[in-house]
Amino acid sequence: MTNHLISVLVENKPGVLARISSMFARRGFNIHSLAVGPTSDPDMSRMTVVVDAPEMEQIVKQLRKLINTVKVTELGPGDAIEREIMLVRVNAEASKRAEIFEVAQLMGAHPADVGASTITFEIAGAPDRLATFFEMLRPYGISDLVKSGRIALGKTPARNA
Amino acid sequence: MTERLTGAHALIRSLENEGVEVAFGVPGGAILPAYDPILDSPIRHVLARHEQGAGHMASGYAHATGRVGVCIATSGPGATNLVTPLQDALMDSIPVVAITGQVASSSIGNDAFQEAHTWGISMPCTKHNYLVTDAADIPDVISEAFHLAATGRPGPVLVDIPKDVLAAEMDWHRAGRAELPGYKPSVKGHPMQVKAAIDLIQSSDQPVLYAGGGIIRASAAAELTHFAEMMNTPVVTTLMGRGAIPDSHELALGMPGMHGNYTAITAMQKADLLIAIGSRFDDRVTGKVSAFAPKAKVIHVDVDPAEIGKVRAADVPIVGDAKVILEQLIAEMEKRATPAPTRELWMSTIRGWQAEHPLTYDQPDDGPVKQQYVIEELNRITGGDAIVVAGVGQHQMWASQFWKFEKPRTWINSGGLGTMGYAVPAAIGAKAALPDEMVIAIDGDGCFQMTATELIAASTEEIPVKIIVMNNTVLGMVHQWQRLFYEERFSAVDLTDHTPDYVKLAEAMGCVAMRIERPDEVAPILEKALAINDKPVVVEVKCDPNEMVFPMIPAGGSNDDIVMSVEDLR
Repeated sequence: MTNHLISVLVENKPGVLARISSMFARRGFNIHSLAVGPTSDPDMSRMTVVVDAPEMEQIVKQLRKLINTVKVTELGPGDAIEREIMLVRVNAEASKRAEIFEVAQLMGAHPADVGASTITFEIAGAPDRLATFFEMLRPYGISDLVKSGRIALGKTPARNA
Repeated sequence: MTERLTGAHALIRSLENEGVEVAFGVPGGAILPAYDPILDSPIRHVLARHEQGAGHMASGYAHATGRVGVCIATSGPGATNLVTPLQDALMDSIPVVAITGQVASSSIGNDAFQEAHTWGISMPCTKHNYLVTDAADIPDVISEAFHLAATGRPGPVLVDIPKDVLAAEMDWHRAGRAELPGYKPSVKGHPMQVKAAIDLIQSSDQPVLYAGGGIIRASAAAELTHFAEMMNTPVVTTLMGRGAIPDSHELALGMPGMHGNYTAITAMQKADLLIAIGSRFDDRVTGKVSAFAPKAKVIHVDVDPAEIGKVRAADVPIVGDAKVILEQLIAEMEKRATPAPTRELWMSTIRGWQAEHPLTYDQPDDGPVKQQYVIEELNRITGGDAIVVAGVGQHQMWASQFWKFEKPRTWINSGGLGTMGYAVPAAIGAKAALPDEMVIAIDGDGCFQMTATELIAASTEEIPVKIIVMNNTVLGMVHQWQRLFYEERFSAVDLTDHTPDYVKLAEAMGCVAMRIERPDEVAPILEKALAINDKPVVVEVKCDPNEMVFPMIPAGGSNDDIVMSVEDLR
């Protein structure tokens, strides 16, 4: 399965998220992550959906068919700025703290909470950077992790065509 | 000065403004406020005996007229009983608006009496649905609901209204323009694709027009027939598309698919081009998809872009209204200097199949009565001048095979969902819509037992439908499959040959009832039944439990392997 990214502009009305997730369930499509929030237009919300599916044509068409969806854009690799936030809690006994902080600094992560035996880092960025940071922390022992789900906006051309 | 109305009154007035003449429903607690203004409204309310009946009545009404059918139910069980007719209408693209009462806003979520999450339950079985939270929204919501149900790909829309919203007062206003920024159904086909389609048809030696229910929904039967003649292209009509071209037309090949006729199935298999219009490559038509029409290129015309490429890739996709696109195709062809090829070889091959493999059955003089014979006799006696309604199963397939459909909207049945029990209520809905037409339901005994109580509504409301119950004493299609694929281990299919007494049952529901037991009784009793116009009539036909529907393509099989009779399986 490949991850595909779609950006869905929807009317900001009650139940729209339920309509989208119900359609995915009904058609047997699998949602990898979903992030939703308001846009600059208070009547509209934007959903960024990462889908595990071999092909996207039916998913995009079925999304467009929903009455409350206004615009559906499939974002191919490299077409979009993609960002995600991750909170990751890593085991950090005193002797390891210095090297963990070094890794975090290198990756642009910030300590969000420091406990007696763990540190919780926040990192925001492109999904592959989050994945790298995760791999670098893994040897120390990760005790908890949460991700926001991916958000994305299509890139604009560097100059007018 | 503004007029103060209750939400309920605004609802009924909004329905009147949409041109609603008849609504089918069952009242109850939460919908009570709406039933008071109905008393003073010109809208005729037909009291169904079960909400499922009300839903199918609305669907029968919509099938017969092309207008939006309306059904009304209360909260909880009233609404959940509508799930089957809503899904049925969704699958067959039937414009229906359902109004349901809901418990008071303050009780929603508290597991109140007769509370169900109607909005959530109906979401996947409607084109769109609403929960109204403010009485002032009612005119706009009703207007949007009718617009959505009737335009684009038609379908069911449900409007759920809490009791306090029905009771609240609002300033009456007419609905404004629907604000649906995400809903812009395509009407006209892309001109380049229209040109490409004509080019492809012109260069094809063995084309087949594959006409579906979309032709009927779009009122495009005349355009389809004209286009077929212009292009010298034979036409198959799917179960939902029967009547899209007259069966008597020389280009009409009849129904393809699992129980289609040999010629319609084989013409598609051998075609070098399929021109699909308002059809969706349903599994009942294609059989095993990888073996379906292997040499054919595909032109796919549909109002719903999601149908194009869903099952079979299209070489020329055209999104839009079937009638408008057929007009565009006709206009494009009229501009061409070269007429369509006569395709004599293709047509003579087809004539050969038709001569060699007609639909057949054998009616012995001494019985038992064969279902196909009853349908042919009905067709002969009426001269075909009737609206035929069917349930689901063997009788439905025989009706589709043996009735000669000459006009659109004369065949009403449940195709996509395959809803047993559809015929009686759908016939009542059609007859309520078109009282001057003869409406005949061809039903099975299994189906009849599911929804027969709606005949009480038919007799009390004076809706004189004719119901022909093919009583073969078994759930016939399941019986057929158990015979063919489960070594004749018949499980849970016996409906018994003595209970109920259909004549007494029908009479108890206020109908005139008759019984046919021998082949020589078929014509005289049908003639007598069809002559009665003041009451619903039920004719029980005792017929052969062992008769099977052929041809058939076993589930998942290739359309190259048509089973013409039981001997083919041995």
